Amino acid sequence: MLRAIYDWVDERLDITPLWRDVADHEVPEHVNPAHHFSAFIYCFGGLTFFVVVIQILSGMFLAMYYVPDIINAHASVKFLQNEVAMGAIVRGMHHWGASVAIVMLFLHTLRVFFTGSYKHPREFNWIVGMLIFFVMLGLGFTGYLLPWDNKAYFATKVGVEIAASVPYLGPYIATFLQGGDIVGAQTIARFFALHVFFFPAALLGLLGAHFILIRRQGISGPL
Amino acid sequence: MSKKLSRRQFLTYTLGSTAGFLGAGMLFPMVRFAVDPALKKGEGGNFVDVNLPLSEVTDKPKSVQFKVHKKDGWYSFDEVLTAWVLRDKGKILALSPVCKHLGCTVSWESNPQFPNTFFCPCHFGRYTKDGTNVPGTPPAKPLDHYETKEANGKLLIGPLLKT
Ligand code: HEM
Ligand code: FES
Repeated sequence: MLRAIYDWVDERLDITPLWRDVADHEVPEHVNPAHHFSAFIYCFGGLTFFVVVIQILSGMFLAMYYVPDIINAHASVKFLQNEVAMGAIVRGMHHWGASVAIVMLFLHTLRVFFTGSYKHPREFNWIVGMLIFFVMLGLGFTGYLLPWDNKAYFATKVGVEIAASVPYLGPYIATFLQGGDIVGAQTIARFFALHVFFFPAALLGLLGAHFILIRRQGISGPL
Repeated sequence: MSKKLSRRQFLTYTLGSTAGFLGAGMLFPMVRFAVDPALKKGEGGNFVDVNLPLSEVTDKPKSVQFKVHKKDGWYSFDEVLTAWVLRDKGKILALSPVCKHLGCTVSWESNPQFPNTFFCPCHFGRYTKDGTNVPGTPPAKPLDHYETKEANGKLLIGPLLKT
Protein backbone atom coordinates (compact mmCIF):
# COMPACT_ATOMS: atom_id res chain seq x y z
CA MET A 1 0.00 0.00 0.00
CA LEU A 2 2.59 2.55 1.14
CA ARG A 3 4.92 1.16 -1.48
CA ALA A 4 2.24 1.63 -4.14
CA ILE A 5 1.62 5.26 -3.10
CA TYR A 6 5.34 5.93 -3.12
CA ASP A 7 5.75 4.36 -6.55
CA TRP A 8 2.81 6.32 -7.91
CA VAL A 9 4.33 9.61 -6.74
CA ASP A 10 7.85 8.63 -7.73
CA GLU A 11 6.79 7.69 -11.23
CA ARG A 12 5.50 11.23 -11.76
CA LEU A 13 7.91 13.31 -9.68
CA ASP A 14 11.09 11.22 -9.68
CA ILE A 15 11.73 11.85 -5.99
CA THR A 16 14.10 8.93 -5.42
CA PRO A 17 17.24 10.78 -6.57
CA LEU A 18 16.36 13.65 -4.21
CA TRP A 19 16.44 11.67 -0.99
CA ARG A 20 19.06 9.21 -2.26
CA ASP A 21 21.40 12.15 -2.62
CA VAL A 22 20.71 13.15 0.99
CA ALA A 23 20.77 9.64 2.45
CA ASP A 24 23.56 7.91 0.52
CA HIS A 25 26.87 9.00 1.84
CA GLU A 26 29.63 7.21 3.60
CA VAL A 27 29.96 7.44 7.36
CA PRO A 28 33.73 7.27 7.88
CA GLU A 29 34.96 4.76 10.44
CA HIS A 30 36.37 7.35 12.82
CA VAL A 31 32.94 8.95 13.38
CA ASN A 32 31.02 5.68 13.79
CA PRO A 33 30.39 4.76 17.44
CA ALA A 34 30.02 1.11 16.37
CA HIS A 35 33.74 1.14 15.55
CA HIS A 36 35.11 3.40 18.25
CA PHE A 37 32.76 4.10 21.09
CA SER A 38 34.37 7.48 21.76
CA ALA A 39 33.04 8.57 18.38
CA PHE A 40 29.72 9.29 20.10
CA ILE A 41 30.97 12.86 20.42
CA TYR A 42 30.18 13.17 16.71
CA CYS A 43 26.49 12.70 17.52
CA PHE A 44 26.03 16.03 19.26
CA GLY A 45 25.38 17.98 16.06
CA GLY A 46 22.62 15.59 15.05
CA LEU A 47 21.22 15.63 18.58
CA THR A 48 21.11 19.43 18.52
CA PHE A 49 19.11 19.25 15.31
CA PHE A 50 16.78 16.64 16.83
CA VAL A 51 16.07 18.88 19.83
CA VAL A 52 15.51 21.86 17.53
CA VAL A 53 12.88 19.81 15.68
CA ILE A 54 11.21 19.07 19.02
CA GLN A 55 11.32 22.78 19.90
CA ILE A 56 9.72 23.78 16.63
CA LEU A 57 6.99 21.15 16.89
CA SER A 58 6.16 21.70 20.55
CA GLY A 59 6.33 25.47 20.03
CA MET A 60 3.83 25.27 17.17
CA PHE A 61 1.45 23.34 19.39
CA LEU A 62 1.91 25.70 22.36
CA ALA A 63 1.02 28.57 20.03
CA MET A 64 -2.44 27.01 19.59
CA TYR A 65 -3.27 28.15 23.13
CA TYR A 66 -0.73 30.83 23.99
CA VAL A 67 -1.61 34.53 23.71
CA PRO A 68 1.14 37.19 23.65
CA ASP A 69 -0.52 39.87 25.72
CA ILE A 70 0.20 41.30 29.16
CA ILE A 71 -3.29 40.56 30.48
CA ASN A 72 -3.78 37.10 29.06
CA ALA A 73 -0.32 35.61 28.54
CA HIS A 74 0.12 34.23 32.03
CA ALA A 75 -3.48 33.05 32.25
CA SER A 76 -3.20 31.29 28.89
CA VAL A 77 0.00 29.50 29.92
CA LYS A 78 -1.59 28.45 33.22
CA PHE A 79 -4.62 27.20 31.34
CA LEU A 80 -2.69 25.25 28.73
CA GLN A 81 -0.47 23.69 31.38
CA ASN A 82 -3.13 22.76 33.93
CA GLU A 83 -6.39 22.36 32.09
CA VAL A 84 -5.56 21.10 28.61
CA ALA A 85 -4.82 17.37 28.29
CA MET A 86 -1.05 16.67 28.22
CA GLY A 87 -0.41 20.40 28.65
CA ALA A 88 2.27 19.85 31.27
CA ILE A 89 4.03 17.43 28.91
CA VAL A 90 3.90 19.66 25.84
CA ARG A 91 5.00 22.73 27.79
CA GLY A 92 7.61 20.57 29.54
CA MET A 93 9.03 19.45 26.20
CA HIS A 94 9.47 23.07 25.14
CA HIS A 95 10.68 24.31 28.55
CA TRP A 96 13.31 21.61 29.13
CA GLY A 97 14.05 21.23 25.44
CA ALA A 98 15.17 24.86 25.33
CA SER A 99 17.94 24.10 27.81
CA VAL A 100 18.83 20.72 26.30
CA ALA A 101 19.17 22.37 22.88
CA ILE A 102 21.72 24.85 24.21
CA VAL A 103 23.62 22.10 26.09
CA MET A 104 23.78 19.92 22.95
CA LEU A 105 24.87 22.89 20.88
CA PHE A 106 27.63 23.61 23.37
CA LEU A 107 28.85 19.98 23.42
CA HIS A 108 28.82 19.94 19.62
CA THR A 109 30.89 23.13 19.58
CA LEU A 110 33.38 21.58 22.02
CA ARG A 111 33.73 18.52 19.77
CA VAL A 112 34.38 20.71 16.76
CA PHE A 113 36.91 22.71 18.73
CA PHE A 114 38.86 19.79 20.17
CA THR A 115 38.96 17.83 16.90
CA GLY A 116 40.21 20.98 15.17
CA SER A 117 37.39 20.69 12.65
CA TYR A 118 37.03 24.45 12.39
CA LYS A 119 40.26 24.70 10.36
CA HIS A 120 40.49 25.46 6.65
CA PRO A 121 38.40 24.78 4.55
CA ARG A 122 35.72 24.57 7.25
CA GLU A 123 36.22 28.00 8.82
CA PHE A 124 33.10 29.27 7.07
CA ASN A 125 31.01 26.57 8.70
CA TRP A 126 32.39 27.60 12.09
CA ILE A 127 31.08 31.09 11.38
CA VAL A 128 27.68 29.73 10.35
CA GLY A 129 27.72 27.69 13.56
CA MET A 130 28.40 30.79 15.63
CA LEU A 131 25.46 32.54 13.96
CA ILE A 132 23.30 29.52 14.83
CA PHE A 133 24.53 29.85 18.41
CA PHE A 134 23.45 33.50 18.60
CA VAL A 135 20.08 32.77 17.02
CA MET A 136 19.51 30.00 19.58
CA LEU A 137 20.41 32.39 22.39
CA GLY A 138 17.95 34.83 20.85
CA LEU A 139 15.23 32.17 20.87
CA GLY A 140 15.98 31.37 24.51
CA PHE A 141 15.97 35.03 25.52
CA THR A 142 12.77 35.97 23.71
CA GLY A 143 10.96 32.75 24.69
CA TYR A 144 11.77 33.22 28.35
CA LEU A 145 9.63 36.37 28.54
CA LEU A 146 6.54 34.76 27.05
CA PRO A 147 5.04 33.07 30.19
CA TRP A 148 4.93 36.60 31.67
CA ASP A 149 5.59 35.58 35.26
CA ASN A 150 8.00 37.25 37.67
CA LYS A 151 10.96 35.21 36.50
CA ALA A 152 10.20 36.08 32.88
CA TYR A 153 9.77 39.76 33.61
CA PHE A 154 12.92 40.26 35.66
CA ALA A 155 15.08 38.06 33.44
CA THR A 156 14.09 40.25 30.53
CA LYS A 157 14.71 43.44 32.50
CA VAL A 158 18.18 42.21 33.37
CA GLY A 159 18.85 41.18 29.76
CA VAL A 160 17.70 44.52 28.44
CA GLU A 161 19.83 46.42 30.96
CA ILE A 162 22.86 44.38 29.95
CA ALA A 163 22.17 45.32 26.33
CA ALA A 164 21.72 48.95 27.44
CA SER A 165 25.26 49.00 28.80
CA VAL A 166 26.76 48.80 25.31
CA PRO A 167 28.71 52.06 24.73
CA TYR A 168 26.83 54.71 22.70
CA LEU A 169 24.33 52.31 21.10
CA GLY A 170 23.06 50.82 24.39
CA PRO A 171 20.01 53.02 24.94
CA TYR A 172 18.88 52.57 21.35
CA ILE A 173 19.22 48.79 21.57
CA ALA A 174 17.23 48.76 24.82
CA THR A 175 14.42 50.85 23.33
CA PHE A 176 14.37 48.64 20.26
CA LEU A 177 14.18 45.47 22.34
CA GLN A 178 11.48 46.85 24.62
CA GLY A 179 9.54 48.45 21.80
CA GLY A 180 9.24 51.42 24.16
CA ASP A 181 10.72 52.59 27.42
CA ILE A 182 9.51 49.80 29.71
CA VAL A 183 9.29 46.01 29.58
CA GLY A 184 5.57 45.82 28.88
CA ALA A 185 2.80 45.32 26.37
CA GLN A 186 4.92 46.18 23.38
CA THR A 187 7.83 44.08 24.56
CA ILE A 188 5.83 40.86 24.79
CA ALA A 189 4.34 41.43 21.32
CA ARG A 190 7.70 41.88 19.63
CA PHE A 191 9.39 39.14 21.62
CA PHE A 192 6.65 36.80 20.49
CA ALA A 193 7.11 37.82 16.85
CA LEU A 194 10.87 37.37 17.14
CA HIS A 195 10.45 34.07 18.96
CA VAL A 196 8.04 32.36 16.59
CA PHE A 197 8.69 34.01 13.21
CA PHE A 198 12.02 35.80 12.83
CA PHE A 199 14.42 33.61 14.77
CA PRO A 200 13.00 30.22 13.65
CA ALA A 201 13.15 31.38 10.02
CA ALA A 202 16.75 32.54 10.49
CA LEU A 203 17.58 29.30 12.28
CA LEU A 204 16.20 27.11 9.49
CA GLY A 205 18.10 29.11 6.86
CA LEU A 206 21.35 28.84 8.81
CA LEU A 207 20.86 25.12 9.48
CA GLY A 208 20.33 24.60 5.74
CA ALA A 209 23.60 26.39 5.02
CA HIS A 210 25.35 24.41 7.78
CA PHE A 211 24.24 21.07 6.34
CA ILE A 212 25.01 21.96 2.72
CA LEU A 213 28.51 22.97 3.75
CA ILE A 214 28.98 19.67 5.58
CA ARG A 215 27.96 17.73 2.47
CA ARG A 216 30.26 19.78 0.25
CA GLN A 217 33.27 19.58 2.54
CA GLY A 218 32.76 16.18 4.13
CA ILE A 219 33.37 15.38 7.75
CA SER A 220 36.85 16.29 8.99
CA GLY A 221 39.45 13.51 9.20
CA PRO A 222 40.54 11.50 12.25
CA LEU A 223 42.86 13.03 14.82
CA MET B 1 11.03 -14.69 -3.79
CA SER B 2 12.51 -16.38 -0.77
CA LYS B 3 10.43 -16.49 2.40
CA LYS B 4 13.51 -15.74 4.48
CA LEU B 5 13.78 -12.26 5.87
CA SER B 6 16.81 -10.61 4.34
CA ARG B 7 19.23 -8.71 6.53
CA ARG B 8 18.29 -5.51 4.71
CA GLN B 9 14.60 -6.05 5.30
CA PHE B 10 15.16 -6.94 8.94
CA LEU B 11 17.08 -3.72 9.43
CA THR B 12 14.44 -1.71 7.59
CA TYR B 13 11.71 -3.11 9.82
CA THR B 14 13.62 -2.64 13.09
CA LEU B 15 14.81 0.85 12.27
CA GLY B 16 11.39 1.75 10.92
CA SER B 17 9.51 0.58 13.97
CA THR B 18 11.98 2.14 16.40
CA ALA B 19 11.69 5.44 14.58
CA GLY B 20 7.92 5.07 14.48
CA PHE B 21 7.79 4.37 18.20
CA LEU B 22 9.97 7.36 19.05
CA GLY B 23 8.04 9.59 16.66
CA ALA B 24 4.71 8.49 18.08
CA GLY B 25 5.94 9.05 21.63
CA MET B 26 6.81 12.59 20.61
CA LEU B 27 3.73 13.34 18.55
CA PHE B 28 1.06 11.71 20.69
CA PRO B 29 1.13 14.26 23.56
CA MET B 30 1.19 17.15 21.12
CA VAL B 31 -1.71 15.91 19.02
CA ARG B 32 -3.74 14.99 22.12
CA PHE B 33 -3.04 18.51 23.41
CA ALA B 34 -4.24 20.07 20.16
CA VAL B 35 -7.49 18.10 19.87
CA ASP B 36 -8.42 18.49 23.55
CA PRO B 37 -11.21 21.03 22.93
CA ALA B 38 -12.98 18.50 20.72
CA LEU B 39 -12.81 15.85 23.45
CA LYS B 40 -13.82 18.01 26.42
CA LYS B 41 -17.32 17.63 27.80
CA GLY B 42 -19.41 20.79 27.71
CA GLU B 43 -20.19 22.50 30.99
CA GLY B 44 -23.29 21.17 32.70
CA GLY B 45 -25.52 24.22 32.91
CA ASN B 46 -27.05 25.55 36.09
CA PHE B 47 -30.55 26.92 36.39
CA VAL B 48 -30.77 30.68 36.73
CA ASP B 49 -33.63 32.68 38.16
CA VAL B 50 -34.66 34.99 35.33
CA ASN B 51 -36.75 37.12 37.65
CA LEU B 52 -40.01 36.48 35.87
CA PRO B 53 -43.17 35.61 37.84
CA LEU B 54 -44.92 32.62 36.29
CA SER B 55 -48.07 34.69 36.03
CA GLU B 56 -46.34 36.82 33.41
CA VAL B 57 -45.69 33.84 31.16
CA THR B 58 -48.55 33.96 28.68
CA ASP B 59 -49.53 32.68 25.29
CA LYS B 60 -47.67 35.57 23.76
CA PRO B 61 -43.89 34.90 23.42
CA LYS B 62 -41.85 37.25 25.53
CA SER B 63 -38.15 37.97 25.10
CA VAL B 64 -36.34 37.28 28.37
CA GLN B 65 -32.69 38.09 28.99
CA PHE B 66 -30.64 36.26 31.56
CA LYS B 67 -26.99 35.93 32.51
CA VAL B 68 -24.98 32.72 32.63
CA HIS B 69 -21.43 32.33 33.74
CA LYS B 70 -19.31 31.28 30.79
CA LYS B 71 -15.74 29.95 30.79
CA ASP B 72 -13.89 30.31 27.52
CA GLY B 73 -10.43 28.83 28.08
CA TRP B 74 -8.69 31.15 30.55
CA TYR B 75 -11.34 33.83 30.14
CA SER B 76 -14.52 33.84 32.27
CA PHE B 77 -17.38 36.23 31.84
CA ASP B 78 -21.11 36.62 32.22
CA GLU B 79 -22.79 35.97 28.93
CA VAL B 80 -26.19 37.54 28.33
CA LEU B 81 -28.56 35.09 26.67
CA THR B 82 -32.05 35.57 25.34
CA ALA B 83 -34.96 33.14 25.38
CA TRP B 84 -38.44 33.48 23.97
CA VAL B 85 -40.66 32.42 26.86
CA LEU B 86 -44.29 31.42 26.36
CA ARG B 87 -46.99 29.06 27.45
CA ASP B 88 -48.01 26.56 24.80
CA LYS B 89 -50.98 24.31 25.63
CA GLY B 90 -50.32 24.93 29.29
CA LYS B 91 -46.65 23.96 29.02
CA ILE B 92 -43.94 26.56 29.49
CA LEU B 93 -41.45 26.83 26.63
CA ALA B 94 -38.20 28.79 26.55
CA LEU B 95 -37.04 28.88 22.93
CA SER B 96 -33.56 29.76 21.78
CA PRO B 97 -33.51 32.72 19.36
CA VAL B 98 -30.74 31.14 17.26
CA CYS B 99 -32.05 30.26 13.81
CA LYS B 100 -31.55 26.61 12.87
CA HIS B 101 -30.72 27.54 9.32
CA LEU B 102 -27.42 29.37 9.68
CA GLY B 103 -27.49 30.94 13.10
CA CYS B 104 -29.03 34.41 12.72
CA THR B 105 -31.38 35.72 15.40
CA VAL B 106 -35.10 35.14 15.17
CA SER B 107 -37.80 37.30 16.81
CA TRP B 108 -41.52 37.05 17.32
CA GLU B 109 -43.61 38.77 14.68
CA SER B 110 -40.76 41.00 13.59
CA ASN B 111 -42.03 40.95 10.02
CA PRO B 112 -45.56 42.34 9.65
CA GLN B 113 -46.01 40.10 6.60
CA PHE B 114 -45.88 37.03 8.80
CA PRO B 115 -48.04 37.41 11.89
CA ASN B 116 -48.02 34.78 14.60
CA THR B 117 -44.59 33.39 13.68
CA PHE B 118 -40.96 33.65 14.66
CA PHE B 119 -39.15 35.33 11.81
CA CYS B 120 -35.51 35.25 10.79
CA PRO B 121 -34.42 38.21 8.63
CA CYS B 122 -31.39 36.55 7.08
CA HIS B 123 -33.12 34.21 4.64
CA PHE B 124 -36.75 34.59 5.68
CA GLY B 125 -36.82 31.51 7.89
CA ARG B 126 -40.07 31.05 9.83
CA TYR B 127 -41.20 29.04 12.84
CA THR B 128 -44.61 28.56 14.41
CA LYS B 129 -45.23 29.60 17.99
CA ASP B 130 -43.99 26.33 19.50
CA GLY B 131 -40.76 26.68 17.50
CA THR B 132 -41.59 24.26 14.70
CA ASN B 133 -39.96 25.28 11.45
CA VAL B 134 -42.38 26.20 8.70
CA PRO B 135 -41.87 23.84 5.75
CA GLY B 136 -40.68 25.58 2.60
CA THR B 137 -38.59 28.12 4.53
CA PRO B 138 -34.83 27.59 4.94
CA PRO B 139 -34.61 26.09 8.47
CA ALA B 140 -34.74 22.30 8.47
CA LYS B 141 -35.21 21.84 12.22
CA PRO B 142 -37.32 23.37 15.00
CA LEU B 143 -35.80 25.97 17.34
CA ASP B 144 -33.75 24.59 20.23
CA HIS B 145 -35.21 25.13 23.65
CA TYR B 146 -33.89 25.66 27.13
CA GLU B 147 -34.78 23.43 30.03
CA THR B 148 -37.07 25.21 32.45
CA LYS B 149 -38.04 24.79 36.10
CA GLU B 150 -40.51 26.52 38.34
CA ALA B 151 -39.73 27.54 41.88
CA ASN B 152 -41.68 29.78 44.26
CA GLY B 153 -43.84 31.06 41.44
CA LYS B 154 -40.78 32.12 39.46
CA LEU B 155 -39.26 30.82 36.25
CA LEU B 156 -35.79 29.25 36.17
CA ILE B 157 -33.97 28.68 32.89
CA GLY B 158 -31.39 25.90 32.53
CA PRO B 159 -29.14 24.39 29.88
CA LEU B 160 -29.92 24.46 26.20
CA LEU B 161 -31.28 21.19 24.85
CA LYS B 162 -29.74 20.68 21.43
CA THR B 163 -31.64 18.66 18.87
C1 HEM C 1 15.44 26.26 19.17
C2 HEM C 1 14.29 26.77 19.23
C3 HEM C 1 13.56 27.34 20.45
C4 HEM C 1 14.01 27.62 21.73
C5 HEM C 1 15.42 27.45 22.28
C6 HEM C 1 12.88 28.13 22.49
C7 HEM C 1 12.90 28.56 23.81
C8 HEM C 1 11.80 28.92 24.58
C9 HEM C 1 11.79 29.20 26.00
C10 HEM C 1 13.01 29.22 26.91
C11 HEM C 1 10.50 29.49 26.38
C12 HEM C 1 10.00 29.77 27.79
C13 HEM C 1 9.37 28.48 28.26
C14 HEM C 1 9.03 28.40 29.72
O1 HEM C 1 9.59 29.19 30.51
O2 HEM C 1 8.22 27.51 30.06
C15 HEM C 1 9.69 29.41 25.20
C16 HEM C 1 8.32 29.65 25.17
C17 HEM C 1 7.53 29.60 24.04
N1 HEM C 1 7.94 29.26 22.75
FE1 HEM C 1 9.83 28.72 22.21
N2 HEM C 1 11.79 28.16 21.66
C18 HEM C 1 12.15 27.69 20.41
C19 HEM C 1 11.37 27.59 19.28
C20 HEM C 1 10.01 27.94 19.23
C21 HEM C 1 9.19 27.92 18.03
C22 HEM C 1 9.71 27.51 16.65
C23 HEM C 1 7.92 28.32 18.39
C24 HEM C 1 6.66 28.48 17.56
C25 HEM C 1 6.54 28.42 16.28
C26 HEM C 1 7.93 28.60 19.81
C27 HEM C 1 6.83 29.03 20.55
C28 HEM C 1 6.83 29.31 21.91
C29 HEM C 1 5.67 29.72 22.67
C30 HEM C 1 4.24 29.91 22.13
C31 HEM C 1 6.12 29.90 24.02
C32 HEM C 1 5.25 30.36 25.23
C33 HEM C 1 4.64 29.20 25.98
C34 HEM C 1 5.35 28.84 27.26
O3 HEM C 1 6.03 29.68 27.83
O4 HEM C 1 5.20 27.68 27.71
N3 HEM C 1 9.21 28.37 20.28
N4 HEM C 1 10.50 29.06 24.11
S1 FES D 1 -30.13 32.01 9.16
FE1 FES D 1 -32.23 32.16 9.61
S2 FES D 1 -33.11 31.83 7.69
FE2 FES D 1 -31.01 31.63 7.21
